Amino acid sequence: MQEVLSTLPQVLIDGLILGAVYAVVALGYTMVYGILELINFAHGEIFMVGAFIGTAALLSFQTAGLLGAMPLWLSLLIVILISSLLTGLLGVGIERLAYRPLRTAPKLIPLISAIGISFLLQDIVRFIAELKTGNYIVTGPSLYVEKITIPFSSLWGGFHDVGFKANSLIVIGVAILIMIGLDLFVNKTKWGIAMRAVAQDRETAQLMSINVNKVIALTFFIGSSIGGATGVLYAQQYSTIDPFIGFILGLKAFTAAVLGGIGNIRGAMFGGLVIGMLEVFAASNLKVLTGGALGAEYKDVFAFMILILVLLFKPEGLFGQAVKEKV
Amino acid sequence: MKKVLSMFSVIALLSATAIGCGGGGQTAKEETIKIATQSPLSGNSATLGEAIKLGAQMALEENKEKFKQMGFNIELLPMDDQGDPKKGVANAQQIGADQSVLGVVGHLNSGVAIPSSVVYEKFKLAMVSPANTAIEITERGMKSVNRICARDDFQGPAAAAYALNDLKAKNIFVIQDKTAYGQGLADNFKSAAEKMGANIVGYEGITIGEKDFNGVLNQVAAKKPDLVYFGGLYAEGGILVKQAREKGLNIPIMGGDGLDSSTIVQIAGDSIKNTFYTSVAADVSKSPKGKEWADAYEKKFGKKPESFSFYGYDAMGVLLKGLEDAIKQNGNKKPTREQVMNAVRAIQDYEGVATKVAFDEKGDNKYAKVFIFKFDNQAYPGTLVGEKSKN
Repeated sequence: MQEVLSTLPQVLIDGLILGAVYAVVALGYTMVYGILELINFAHGEIFMVGAFIGTAALLSFQTAGLLGAMPLWLSLLIVILISSLLTGLLGVGIERLAYRPLRTAPKLIPLISAIGISFLLQDIVRFIAELKTGNYIVTGPSLYVEKITIPFSSLWGGFHDVGFKANSLIVIGVAILIMIGLDLFVNKTKWGIAMRAVAQDRETAQLMSINVNKVIALTFFIGSSIGGATGVLYAQQYSTIDPFIGFILGLKAFTAAVLGGIGNIRGAMFGGLVIGMLEVFAASNLKVLTGGALGAEYKDVFAFMILILVLLFKPEGLFGQAVKEKV
Repeated sequence: MKKVLSMFSVIALLSATAIGCGGGGQTAKEETIKIATQSPLSGNSATLGEAIKLGAQMALEENKEKFKQMGFNIELLPMDDQGDPKKGVANAQQIGADQSVLGVVGHLNSGVAIPSSVVYEKFKLAMVSPANTAIEITERGMKSVNRICARDDFQGPAAAAYALNDLKAKNIFVIQDKTAYGQGLADNFKSAAEKMGANIVGYEGITIGEKDFNGVLNQVAAKKPDLVYFGGLYAEGGILVKQAREKGLNIPIMGGDGLDSSTIVQIAGDSIKNTFYTSVAADVSKSPKGKEWADAYEKKFGKKPESFSFYGYDAMGVLLKGLEDAIKQNGNKKPTREQVMNAVRAIQDYEGVATKVAFDEKGDNKYAKVFIFKFDNQAYPGTLVGEKSKN
């Protein structure tokens, strides 16, 4: 027990960073589901493409000698903007090609085409990466690598000091900015109202002269560009990426969205943080808590066990409202 | 019914022609003998897998002329096992079905080699492994299975001896990747270290393909060990080293031959310092003969050889020596697979560029060695700091 306590501050910080990534990716799932009732399983791959575009941009900055020439924050900002713009367009393109023609089809059909798209993206990225570098595990330059130590042990002798790299602060900061920005956008702007209207009832919204296709395209653009931006942050945080990072991460972000109530933006943020914290906590402490029976490799089980429990007992999620049958 | 029948007759006809062609080949002037390689050419460990293939290719091309004079055209059949047991076995079936294949160089991953070698044994197809270290590979008493590298029950203890005697580690944390290779190596290290009096403060597993090892590393930080031992491959190893250093864990981290790759330096970057790895393959480019070889390799393929390039080369060399012996024993005619298999196992005096080879009755190399390397700076390969020989 002493051991669990002593690492707790570090576990919370690591969990917060991972949770922030999950939360922002979960936003993409939740937005699309809220509007189309479609689980966009390709979203994890859009995130992965964002990570690769960001790394490619940074690498080309490096070879062009631009990386040292401008302030670090500026190059990070430019890379995030490039990556989110391109992934946003990618998201719109996917919607146009793979989902819109199937919009009236039974719900299973677009789900399958989403899975198809995600395999396609994995292999396209893998092909390009192998062509360019000969190896699809790509390591990009890291910008903020200074170590930060918070002396938690001076707070209470039982705690260990907490150490992380400066980049983690950027991950959390940008994630918070994105979440607040999106919350404001959906609740305060005209386009946000249109999105909520389409989410509530597509046909009626159309009758109220809302351009439904435009709203859906916008949703995909925003969700995907947020995913792409998170990809860049992820690549910065873990510095090594491969074309398969989107799959498991996407599943966990989806679990986060379901936990918070799929379709609910604040729920997705909450769910992401919970799953991230829980995962790091499990990886750090399972061995101690189970007396050595289960090890860190079982951490993923917990995220998915939560998914099953939530679906069984509170399918609308923690923040969601149960949909009443329309009469 | 008629349709089915006609289909059958078509298939029967086709296969008859195929057999006819195969028979026809006998009368041709030069007979083609293929040697397959199986290693991951795509996927996480492609760097290592490609090194094996290119090394083998080089040995084969150097011997082409010699076999031509004996009346045989030897060809390489490179297969991609993707580091996946299912793919490896499927490839093995395909290799077995191709009658012109008389031997296999492979694999990289023990988890792939174990099920695949069952298929080779069925076809009596000689396999020479450049890289598989799991004990089980040769312990099953298969006549077709040989390896030129050291085993885990030799590599693990060699690492443990170095960690305890030279690095003075007392409290050790062991991490492994839950594969046949990683776990086997880590377990052998652990039991040897325990026997030598070390205290194992933690034993944890990670999942292949993960990028965030902070959870496991938090445990390491809490236990304050003097050394971390990692059984696994460089893709996870590199990230593990990097994240450990970010957490302020500046203790030595040690691993097995799975870390023996230039990619680990690329992944871990500056953090790689103070990382040790044991390898079953020597950094041969230091010796004059090896240097010459390495230059030839670089000129041919446009990249520097990895340690497994040398071993791929030697594995192919051994196999071709066996093939040559078998041809001679068979009166200069194309030998059967069984004859090649027996000739390979009988090899006692092969001098390769990386290792001397002589097989014992299980198919293990009597001259196998383990080398210990250290990364002093951001460059591959590391500095050789120790060496342990079986004999």
